[in-house]
Amino acid sequence: MTAAAAPALRLHRASLAFGERRLWSDLDLEVSPGEFVAVLGANGAGKTSLLKVVLGQQKLAGGTVEVAGRPARRGGRGIGYVPQQKGLEPSTPLRARDFVRLGLDGHRWGPLLPNRAATRRVDAALAAVGATAYADAPVGRLSGGEQQRLRVAQSIISDPALLLCDEPLLSLDLHHQQAVSALVDRCRRESSAAVLFITHDVNPVLPFVDRVLYLAGGRFRIGPPEEVMTSETLTSLYGSPVEVVHSGGRVLVVGGAAPSPHPHPHPGAHAVADSSPRTQPPAPQPSRR
Amino acid sequence: MNSDALIGRLFDFSDYGALLELVHNSLYAGALLGLVGGLVGVFVVTRDLPFAVHGISELSFAGAAAALLLGVNVVVGSLLGSVLAAVLFGVLGVRARHHNSAIGVLMPFGLGLGVLFLALYQGRAANKFGLLTGQIVAVDNPQLLALAIIASVVVVALAVMWRPLLFASVDPELAMARGVPVRALSPVFMLVLGLGVAMSVQVVGALLVLALLVTPAAAAVQVTSSPFLAPVLSVVFATTAVVGGTLLALGASIPISPYVTTVSFAIYLACRVVARVRRPARRADPAAAREPVAAGTP
Repeated sequence: MTAAAAPALRLHRASLAFGERRLWSDLDLEVSPGEFVAVLGANGAGKTSLLKVVLGQQKLAGGTVEVAGRPARRGGRGIGYVPQQKGLEPSTPLRARDFVRLGLDGHRWGPLLPNRAATRRVDAALAAVGATAYADAPVGRLSGGEQQRLRVAQSIISDPALLLCDEPLLSLDLHHQQAVSALVDRCRRESSAAVLFITHDVNPVLPFVDRVLYLAGGRFRIGPPEEVMTSETLTSLYGSPVEVVHSGGRVLVVGGAAPSPHPHPHPGAHAVADSSPRTQPPAPQPSRR
Repeated sequence: MNSDALIGRLFDFSDYGALLELVHNSLYAGALLGLVGGLVGVFVVTRDLPFAVHGISELSFAGAAAALLLGVNVVVGSLLGSVLAAVLFGVLGVRARHHNSAIGVLMPFGLGLGVLFLALYQGRAANKFGLLTGQIVAVDNPQLLALAIIASVVVVALAVMWRPLLFASVDPELAMARGVPVRALSPVFMLVLGLGVAMSVQVVGALLVLALLVTPAAAAVQVTSSPFLAPVLSVVFATTAVVGGTLLALGASIPISPYVTTVSFAIYLACRVVARVRRPARRADPAAAREPVAAGTP
């Protein structure tokens, strides 16, 4: 671990462009250890690209990015990564515990052999996410919610300074969205890892979020959710009328999509525009043309 | 033909001891093949590459046929064909879904070339047929040595890259985030696969390579999901299929491959039955919904 003074993540005057197209520029962001930052924004605003920058898989057009005081680089240590849930093949020759262990030493050369020290850490990580009951079950036969818990365990097993979560709630039902969000929150409190949580719907993580980074149309706004998630802020960010509605403890963003030739049934840029807690997957996002 | 005569053609165990003397090299070759096929198969199944195996084996066949025609070493020919195929597939597509059309395009071309070379070849017909459907003709010492060298290369290469390759096969995105050279491992594995296919073509023939490089591993992952046990079982199954198939085929007047493929398939069926008995629809969806909620949920 680096000195406590180093922020878990530091972006300084960072800008990202693909050819002529500039996604965002002059982005300054410091995430302290233990801080929970949600990254929100329209599709194509550069949320996933931001993540790739932090992972060292995407070069910045300008500026710097540091993870735990060191320049971000491919395969750099200190990052735990929780990707989108996508089903693993039922024939995957791994049990839940082996899948979690890949987060610890899966990148090392050599054969995979039983290892007592690794088993202890795997057991601890499984216990931390409440997955002990199915530790020896074939990973490909677990439910999406169970697999996502394992991915959290896999990401925290290496004691990272920064937890990168890329839409980890996607395709989970509401119950598992809350469970996984709470799990990520508990892990960062217990390990003081910073969390960068990319999501299109802020509601499941709203109780835990310290700050929001909102990306839209090449611009961004950073601040506590009550400052950023307002009609005024988002209207100026999008440059078109956006209404933020608070309803039953949920934040709904209405409007704000880039002008589209076809009106969408759900005009929200990122929010789930319904009140039913039974919703299975999040409402579809307006697609980019 | 009456049924007794048919059985007699399929199984003939007279003079078994003497025959065994003649084929002991074939049995060693079979054991090597079981080891390589079983290990490589684990990744063929995990990376969803059975079609690539089939494609490589057809080009390997073309290479072997060309070698036969030119009067050079058949092992070298099949090896060149395999490696060329592996490189082409590696260049044309990185992931399985990109591979498939490239393979579908190259495979018939390779098979056609092979048929052409065989048609031009004036030598023994058994040699021709053997390349497609396998042969039990005594493996001579130089050939056994060649197989042993290829097998060592495959086993060492797999041992070195086993863990990151498994990671990259199961979850490429995550593996990449952890610094595994996912893009480089893909063509390297294709090369290793090519070596394994070239070995198998020697014994079971180009058409039936899948029985050694896919079926044993597919059977193993039916009955275990342990990453330690799966390769062991896969090797045991593959070795049983080759060596067992060879022993059954001794003395019969037909090629070795039906025996090998039948043993291999029987093992697979048995594993499916075991899986079904042991796992009667393990989790219905309601069970997943009862999963406890972590503390702190609002």
